[in-house]
Amino acid sequence: MSATANIKTIMKRELGGYFTSPIAYVFLVIFLLLTGFFTFTIGNFFERGEASLVSFFTWHPWLYLFLVPAVGMRLWSEERRMGTMELLLTMPITNWQAIVGKFLASWLFLALALALTFPVVITVNYFGDPDNGIIFSGYVGSLMLAGAYLAVSCMTSALTRNQVISFILSVLICLFLILAGYTPVTDLLSRFASPVVVDIVAAFSVMTHFEGFQRGVLDTRDVVFFASVIGFMLFTTGVIIRNQRAG
Amino acid sequence: MERDRLITVENLVKAFGPKLAVNDVSFSVERGEVLGFLGPNGAGKSTTMRMITGYYPPTSGKITVGGHDMVEDPIAAKRLIGYLPENAPGYADMTVNGFLNFCAELRGLQGDARRRAVHHAVELCFLEGVLYQSIDTLSKGYKHRTCLAQSLIHDPDVLILDEPTDGLDPNQKHEVRGLIKRLGEKKVVIFSTHILEEVAAACSRVIIIDRGRIVANDTPAALAARSPEGRLEDVFREITLPDTVHDHVKPVVAAEVTA
Repeated sequence: MSATANIKTIMKRELGGYFTSPIAYVFLVIFLLLTGFFTFTIGNFFERGEASLVSFFTWHPWLYLFLVPAVGMRLWSEERRMGTMELLLTMPITNWQAIVGKFLASWLFLALALALTFPVVITVNYFGDPDNGIIFSGYVGSLMLAGAYLAVSCMTSALTRNQVISFILSVLICLFLILAGYTPVTDLLSRFASPVVVDIVAAFSVMTHFEGFQRGVLDTRDVVFFASVIGFMLFTTGVIIRNQRAG
Repeated sequence: MERDRLITVENLVKAFGPKLAVNDVSFSVERGEVLGFLGPNGAGKSTTMRMITGYYPPTSGKITVGGHDMVEDPIAAKRLIGYLPENAPGYADMTVNGFLNFCAELRGLQGDARRRAVHHAVELCFLEGVLYQSIDTLSKGYKHRTCLAQSLIHDPDVLILDEPTDGLDPNQKHEVRGLIKRLGEKKVVIFSTHILEEVAAACSRVIIIDRGRIVANDTPAALAARSPEGRLEDVFREITLPDTVHDHVKPVVAAEVTA
């Protein structure tokens, strides 16, 4: 009856939902193909001649921009469309247990997709002598980034029963989170805004905080940033779900 | 708290924007009662049920289930309730077995107790033949019974069934009515329906709701006795129709006549 048991039950169902439908397999294949394509072809992995995964991780904010909302868009909109939300929320569980359970299941799924990129780690270790600490922190950063995007999708999927709208909204919000700290944008902004303003805007961006991880720096502030984006978005999800029924 | 009064609803109001879907509804139900909710479409039957099950928070008013206030202590109150929502939703990608086990787990049933509960619910609702079929491949009747099984799985004191016989064939309707009657001997059952003969067949009491208000609350026999021919249908029409006729039906009828 405890909270963790309820969250686990919901996680199990949600994860099962990915794998009983073709979604999981389609997603995994596309994710792995695209990471490979970006890393080796566009990222010039071999021509760089470095023993690092820079060309692998650089693309993650852009790749996730479309792939993570594709995973998260159904989280709540599907429950509303099928009417199962009424079933779920009249069970003796709290709203937040349902929200956290569903979020963790999808995050675990994304973690699995990320884990399946292990051949790239083997490759770089085979050809050179990389700093595996940096690679590890790169993976942690990538997982945090995926979690932040996913929490955004979770929130937008609670807004509507239409998955397409949910997808587009969450891509837009995630795009904003990228662009606020994307170098071309900050350069443009710094032409007419004071450096303080530019810094404040950039501080909201996932890019600023993602880059630290890629340099091998596990900074508490970056972890706190991603954790608070996730926390805030899940909290907002709860408010939306409560208010929809309040009428 | 009286020992057998499992549900009390006091001055319940639900507003959606300016529209009052449920307007000052009060009633109570005791153990051993089967309460039928009757009313035209959009009268507020489902909305009332959704508030009793804790899905909609009421705009004002008070609901207690087994002594637990639904707003202040929702988890304790929800534990006592089994609920079949309208249209009997279910997770399309799950098998019947997986779905029932999932619901049993959320109800706090583990291990052997869970297996027994699922088995019992499957037997009650005749689901043996479709146990490993996924829900989206089920016919409407089976889908309905799967959701009904879910509401019975933890042997709840209170059963709230929103149109439990909708989409069933006559034999299945008969089965479900029998089931409701049997369950109602030891529990509280509240169910909504459009079918008047169902009320006479299964209910010990009827509440007729029209435009958010309770317009009748009596035994089926006493209600039927209000009409000269002793027919429930006449009473229902008389209670719920007059205003509807003035508001919507009459102009249409008049238009037809002139055409």
